[in-house]
Amino acid sequence: MTNATATDLGRTDRVYSEDNYLHAGYGLRSWLLTRDHKRVAWLYLVSLTVLFVVGSISAALIRFDLLSPDGLIDASVYNRAFTVHGIVMVFFFLVPSIPTTFGNFLLPLMIGARDVAFPRINLFSWYLYTAGGIFVVITLLAGGVDTGWTFYTPYSTVYSNSAVAFAVLAVFTVGFSSILTGLNFMVTVHKMRAPGLTWFRLPLFVWSIYGTSFVQVLATPVLGLAMLLVFLDRFLGLAVFNPDLGGDPVLFQHLFWFYSHPAVYIMILPSMGVMSMVIPAYAHNRIFGYKFIAMSTLAISFIGFLVWGHHLFVTSQSVYAGITFSLLSFLVSVPSAVKVFNWTATLYKGQVTYEAPLLYAFAFIGLFLIGGLTGLFLATLSTDIQLHATYFVIAHFHYIMVGGAISGFLAAAHFWWPKMTGRMYPEIWARFAAILLFVGFNITFFPQFLLGLEGMPRRYATYPAEFQPLNVLSSAGAVVLGIGYLLPLGYLLWSLRYGQKAPDNPWDAKGFEWQTTSPPPLHNFHRKPELEGEHG
Amino acid sequence: MGNAEIEVPFEHFESLEQQRDAARVGIWLFLATETLLFGAIFTSFGLYHRLFPDAFSAASRSLAWELEAWNTVVLLSSGFTMALCDHYAAELKRGKVILTLGLTILLGLTFLVLKGVEYRGDYVDGQVPFLPGGWHYSGPDPSHAALFFNFYFLLTGLHAAHMVIGISLLSILFVRAIRWRSQFRVRSMLVGVGLFWAFIDVVWLFIYSSLYLINRPGGA
Repeated sequence: MTNATATDLGRTDRVYSEDNYLHAGYGLRSWLLTRDHKRVAWLYLVSLTVLFVVGSISAALIRFDLLSPDGLIDASVYNRAFTVHGIVMVFFFLVPSIPTTFGNFLLPLMIGARDVAFPRINLFSWYLYTAGGIFVVITLLAGGVDTGWTFYTPYSTVYSNSAVAFAVLAVFTVGFSSILTGLNFMVTVHKMRAPGLTWFRLPLFVWSIYGTSFVQVLATPVLGLAMLLVFLDRFLGLAVFNPDLGGDPVLFQHLFWFYSHPAVYIMILPSMGVMSMVIPAYAHNRIFGYKFIAMSTLAISFIGFLVWGHHLFVTSQSVYAGITFSLLSFLVSVPSAVKVFNWTATLYKGQVTYEAPLLYAFAFIGLFLIGGLTGLFLATLSTDIQLHATYFVIAHFHYIMVGGAISGFLAAAHFWWPKMTGRMYPEIWARFAAILLFVGFNITFFPQFLLGLEGMPRRYATYPAEFQPLNVLSSAGAVVLGIGYLLPLGYLLWSLRYGQKAPDNPWDAKGFEWQTTSPPPLHNFHRKPELEGEHG
Repeated sequence: MGNAEIEVPFEHFESLEQQRDAARVGIWLFLATETLLFGAIFTSFGLYHRLFPDAFSAASRSLAWELEAWNTVVLLSSGFTMALCDHYAAELKRGKVILTLGLTILLGLTFLVLKGVEYRGDYVDGQVPFLPGGWHYSGPDPSHAALFFNFYFLLTGLHAAHMVIGISLLSILFVRAIRWRSQFRVRSMLVGVGLFWAFIDVVWLFIYSSLYLINRPGGA
């Protein structure tokens, strides 16, 4: 069916170019020592998938435990499960997910460059990522870690008997990988654009990667320091966060959230960039309000730095600081809403075709909307005191970070799959998987809003019996969601061998990456791409 | 030597100019991340300084500020020789580039040696809270003073680690300058390492003034 749409409209004559980057070398060496941004993207895709599986297994353990009010697994195992789930999913999947894979693959293509500015650093950052992943595995072998992904002090520095040091080392290492990727991309956008490709002609995905990189470069060093201090505190008794010796544990929370709140924007901005590419392609309409979307990206990156204190409403933080952070948190929702309105307006009067990437985009908009609006409840001082550290918070940030970020990731995976592999994915299966993901996600996480409203706290292995029906519903939804993840893994791998060969531009989309062959040649373009329309 | 050869950029760049600009933007961004790293420590230090002013002032006065004044002179001199090196590189004076690079490395090493002397003195005086046998501080409020010394070692230690990296990079540059195979590569690396070296100097000025000098109103 996809083949029919592609050829009927006579969009392109070239199908599957043999002269492509995948044929530029075959041995393991040609991958592990590659400097080609397209191959580095694949290295990341493989490592990310492995760690996603680790994170998912720990999530499955959590949902299994919560089937019964008394808990089905040992409480200390449960603590380790949710900690590993958080560390792996946040630092090793969501933060690097879209930038290191689709960002790596597409950024040079989209700006008409042969590679990123520093190809060797690009490969090195993958090695750092992998080293961090190995530290995670060592953490697990050493008995796991039970502090929660936030490593709150003084529990993490003084009292926990688990493998905190390895876990902290893992986060520290992967942080440097993130910094180097961000730095590389920023320089690439500044210095590697094709002649004539001015800032306001850049594809919106490039804008979103740029905004993301800005946050990665400036926020991650502070997390690195916080991790270093926890590490030193454990071994040398530095006492910086130990209240017994005059240290201030809340200082750690400030340092931690100075990174970890902007990190949410590292996770969601790339997905927003994907939306801004996918929606106009299937609406067959030009994007509505290009400059507003571009500027709202920068606004989110910038304001995102000024809201971290909303994680500290119930600490010793002063009420005036609380009010300020509350106000700034409301403010950050404005540029996010601007984007949602612009995407909707792009669909309006478009010739919409409902291919799988667009279904994932719809899932993104729906889930992001719920996640964003419930965020306002948490940014409000008075309601946050009731909702803080309950399942309401869990549900809220999963709607943003999982619902939003992973829908965007899968939308990107399907949209650019023909370009990356030269093969089409099976459309019917993909649509089914997209719908399954949306349904499964809501069954899993919507009950958690209700649980949180009723006061069920996060991070406990057991709960009062009256919460059981909603918890069982949530766990059942997790099974559906799990199938929604496994399906794409299966049919995308299948399509590598059996999928129909893809034309250069199967979606009739705009942009430099669709002008080159599928898959692209080693140096990206056989002939110089041409600017078409208002923006590239 | 290589005078008539045409220098070519790496294959993914269009021109040498683009390659040089990319490196320059890259190093500035890197320094921005470094600023946030050190900035977070200074912020934390400032917080505790405000919480425990008496303990911190007393502890600060027990540091070897005179020794480190000399060290500041050494480090700033190395900044000067580095700047000279950059100047000579622009004029393609290979001999003077090698000379000034060598001087910079020597001054950097001198700084580290003096830093070692200072650390040794701290240990003898019992000002190292985290080492066995290193803590017998006699000043007021020793538990909060320990916090001061922890920050002192964190900041100066991290700074010294940067010095070691900087000296290593300078040494690579030194070898490249002796070989002088590609003046373009020598010069572009020199710009990067030079900025990094200048950054280390600036960080030291902040460390010296906020750890050693801030509690000395009206002289010693």
